[in-house]
Amino acid sequence: MSMTDEPLYPIAVLIDELKNDDIQLRLNSIRRLSTIARALGEERTRKELIPFLSENNDDDDEVLLAMAEELGVFIPYVGGVEHAHVLLPPLETLSTVEETCVREKAVESLCRVGSQMKESDLVEHFIPLVKRLAAGEWFTARVSACGVFHIAYPSAPDTVKTELRSIYSQLCQDDMPMVRRAAATNLGKFAATIESAHLKTDVMSMFDDLTQDDQDSVRLLAVEGCAALGKLLEPQDCVAHILPVIVNFSQDKSWRVRYMVANQLYELCEAVGPEPTRTELVPAYVRLLRDNEAEVRIAAAGKVTKFCRILNPELAIQHILPCVKELSTDSSQHVRSALASVIMGMAPVLGKDATIEHLLPIFLSLLKDEFPDVRLNIISKLDQVNQVIGIDLLSQSLLPAIVELAEDRHWRVRLAIIEYIPLLASQLGVGFFDDKLGALCMQWLQDKVQSIREAAANNVKRLAEEFGPEWAMQHIVPQVLEMINNPHYLYRMTILRAVSLLAPVMGSEITCSKLLPVVMTAAKDRVPNIKFNVAKVLQSLIPIVDQSVVEKTIRPGLVELSEDPDVDVRFFANQALQSIDNVMMSS
Amino acid sequence: MNGGGDDDEVVAASADASPPLQWRFSQVFGERSAGEEVQPVDMISAIEFDHSGDHLATGDRGGRVVLFERSDAKHSSGARRDLEETDYPVRHPEFCYKTEFQSHDPAFDYLKSLEIEEKINKIRWCQTANGALFLLSTNDKIIKYWKVQDKKIKKICDINANPSGAVGNGTVANGVPDANISSLRLPVVTSHESSPVAKCRRVYPHAHDYHINSISNNSDGETFISADDLRINLWNLEISNQSFNIVDVKPEKMEDLSEVITAAEFHPTHCNMLAYSSSKGSIRLIDLRQSALCDSHSKLFEEPDAGGSKSFFTEIIASVSDIKFAKEGRYLLSRDYMTLKLWDINMDSGPLSTFQVHEYLKPKLCDLYENDSIFDKFECCISGNGLRAATGSYSNLFRVFGVSPGSTETATLEASRNPTRRHVPVPSRPPRLGGMAGRGSESAAGVDGNSNNALDYTTKLLHLAWHPNENLIACAAGNSLYMYCA
Repeated sequence: MSMTDEPLYPIAVLIDELKNDDIQLRLNSIRRLSTIARALGEERTRKELIPFLSENNDDDDEVLLAMAEELGVFIPYVGGVEHAHVLLPPLETLSTVEETCVREKAVESLCRVGSQMKESDLVEHFIPLVKRLAAGEWFTARVSACGVFHIAYPSAPDTVKTELRSIYSQLCQDDMPMVRRAAATNLGKFAATIESAHLKTDVMSMFDDLTQDDQDSVRLLAVEGCAALGKLLEPQDCVAHILPVIVNFSQDKSWRVRYMVANQLYELCEAVGPEPTRTELVPAYVRLLRDNEAEVRIAAAGKVTKFCRILNPELAIQHILPCVKELSTDSSQHVRSALASVIMGMAPVLGKDATIEHLLPIFLSLLKDEFPDVRLNIISKLDQVNQVIGIDLLSQSLLPAIVELAEDRHWRVRLAIIEYIPLLASQLGVGFFDDKLGALCMQWLQDKVQSIREAAANNVKRLAEEFGPEWAMQHIVPQVLEMINNPHYLYRMTILRAVSLLAPVMGSEITCSKLLPVVMTAAKDRVPNIKFNVAKVLQSLIPIVDQSVVEKTIRPGLVELSEDPDVDVRFFANQALQSIDNVMMSS
Repeated sequence: MNGGGDDDEVVAASADASPPLQWRFSQVFGERSAGEEVQPVDMISAIEFDHSGDHLATGDRGGRVVLFERSDAKHSSGARRDLEETDYPVRHPEFCYKTEFQSHDPAFDYLKSLEIEEKINKIRWCQTANGALFLLSTNDKIIKYWKVQDKKIKKICDINANPSGAVGNGTVANGVPDANISSLRLPVVTSHESSPVAKCRRVYPHAHDYHINSISNNSDGETFISADDLRINLWNLEISNQSFNIVDVKPEKMEDLSEVITAAEFHPTHCNMLAYSSSKGSIRLIDLRQSALCDSHSKLFEEPDAGGSKSFFTEIIASVSDIKFAKEGRYLLSRDYMTLKLWDINMDSGPLSTFQVHEYLKPKLCDLYENDSIFDKFECCISGNGLRAATGSYSNLFRVFGVSPGSTETATLEASRNPTRRHVPVPSRPPRLGGMAGRGSESAAGVDGNSNNALDYTTKLLHLAWHPNENLIACAAGNSLYMYCA
């Protein structure tokens, strides 16, 4: 008896709480539906739990969403695939509720269950469900119907297949735009299951309906279908049926549709193949790059590199490059920004000569753009150009611009530049770096903005990693340590931070000889904030230096700090002392 | 004696194709008893029928939304309308109270130190789904999306765990009396009656620096716009944390500001078209397809400059207070302080017709300016068949005009149980001749002023709505909702 008693009580509570007034408890019970089902056993789950769920579907959306999700993975609990169909009724009602996210989850679960069902069960249970949903009184059911056709269709007998196709075509012409949108969204998925014989006839006529819809929102979803459909068709059919539609769409009255085309064109090119791309889609793309709506140009500009990759360099230079030049001086900063984020990728496509001749001037003008995002986007991709045009040319032409940006008015720009300095350093090499950028790195440590100083300290560490301790001893450490004498305590704090970051990189010896004395001097600072930061730094140095040094230098320093009048200094000093003790104990 | 005036109007308009309507009182909700003080929070501030006409929503200054439901058998057949036209006694739509809920509460914007009133500025109905009603309501700053659904009142029985056991330390004896798995039962839910429950589904905040004056949903069923004095934003109903600014008339320097947006509405069928009106009396039609930011209009509707005398008030009274598309979307109704205008969106040279609403106020503009009444924002509405339009005035009066070509029908009604009780004598000749009609009315108003019926500027009928497919007007007089049918 007692063996079953123990787990039974919590389950009883779980079951009761399926109908508790507190939504959190109901949600909890639904989330553990599988536990309840396991306790009840397969048969009672089928005969009691599932019908119970079907009946109680006017709950809050959060609960319904959880229920829809759980039911999608519920097949094992109702007795396996042969009983999977019992899950359909509750999911069917869930797929008709008015909250979109619940419906979508229910449709997803329906598909998941349906795709595991046996063919005969699909015919007996799933296909009637699809038909019921498609004939639903409210648009919500019909919207959901569009999402389950691709599961039902493959197992349907031929006559039913014809019927399903005609039902779908009715959905494509539904009164409610929401239903037509759902039909447009799911057309690609459905078409993938349809035999090629019907593709050209039935599916294309549905597609035509959608592409001629009055509602922009439907047409633009039809654009998305273009690529999916195109990939299903034979190339020549694709050219015959899809290509004219795309070209039409690229001149649609609605900028939102053109925007979609601009976003999708690359995929469409893949579908139609290289030759029609050259003859038909390049002109369409050029039109989009010159569209009078900035949003469309943004979308088009963002794809310029991808698009050029599928063209040969000559075509790209001949047709696309002039547009790119125009875009680099576009009136919309967002267009320039989108272009700047991808234009570096064009360098490998065009090759060295064309890059130097055509792209470099564009890079330079974008680097001087008045809008910081544009400049940043260029800098973040510098390495791509480096590979093509080589470091000499890059440094000659781009470095002045970078130096300029390093002193940019906007601290976010400076921050971004700092983040790229280690990368630049590795590409430029030690020699070059010393000349041009070394001074800047020191300057940032004394920036007005804390985030910059923080990043600068980190940068110093990364440089030391990149070029090694020896180089750092020569070029970084002396300069950094000199700054500890800065009259402003915030700058002194930055140096302490830099020291704590440098120490692990520089190793025990240099830390003891160079860094530690500086820190110990700082312990005598008059500002408490410096002093407790000294305590923190000393704590971080403990694992790096020898135990003898800890005992000889660090501990006395900390003991002194632990008697400081300031409570925070005492606190951090004691913490550091404690960690010394801990290290001693463990060793 | 009032009947006499009525007859005159009938005679004057009897040449029309459709006979003038005889308006009768139908229903009143929240009627004020004599001497009862109207609480400001109870003042109705928005009225809207849903698309089917089966539901009516009102919003008030106290932030409440009250829903009414049609209680008579729905008659949608064409035969019924024929009957109506031949003037047989027919049953008119009747409404009953359905539910109410607190849509908005007073709030405080701490950043700007501004109080945000709870007053409902506009209500718009959305697509019905699964028998649940959906509507958008807005105050000055925040738009909310409401779902109203009949929820069953549930009673749960057949509980496994004894409640007392659940509270206790869960000893087996207490918890599950007969402890084995087969004893576990699912709760049995019995439901008795249902009652409507309103639930706020989404809140669309922080998108307007100025006061929201309009919201309007799109025919695509997934987007809507909200307009404040300087900007119009486009929203997706499902997404409450982002909206797109589609019109921005804010000048670079606020000193250069000369015109503000007063109302905005989507075209009833073309999802890409919307109209907005301005304080300078112009209406702009914009095409969302043209560009993402629609600062340039595709069509501009303005009264051609008459070149006549301009007074200090000319610009103030030109401000458009409301615009409404007719059902098919070809005609557009606009209301400014003195007139109601009908526009054909295919004709931007001037309005098709202009109706003087209260010409007799013209000499009193100075007084109206003094007491700020000149800034009152009267709404207008157009019948489902597009043949008539109505708009409000002072003393709780509202006027109905025949707007079909050749119609001279006009009616003046008072929002009370006896709508034809008193009249501001309005000349029965066609009012659309504009300025000429003014003189007669002026003297008439003088007469009016001598009688007990002095114009009362505090009782103004700002909000009214026309049933989408019946001749039924719902209008707000203070805290009362009056309905008239014909």
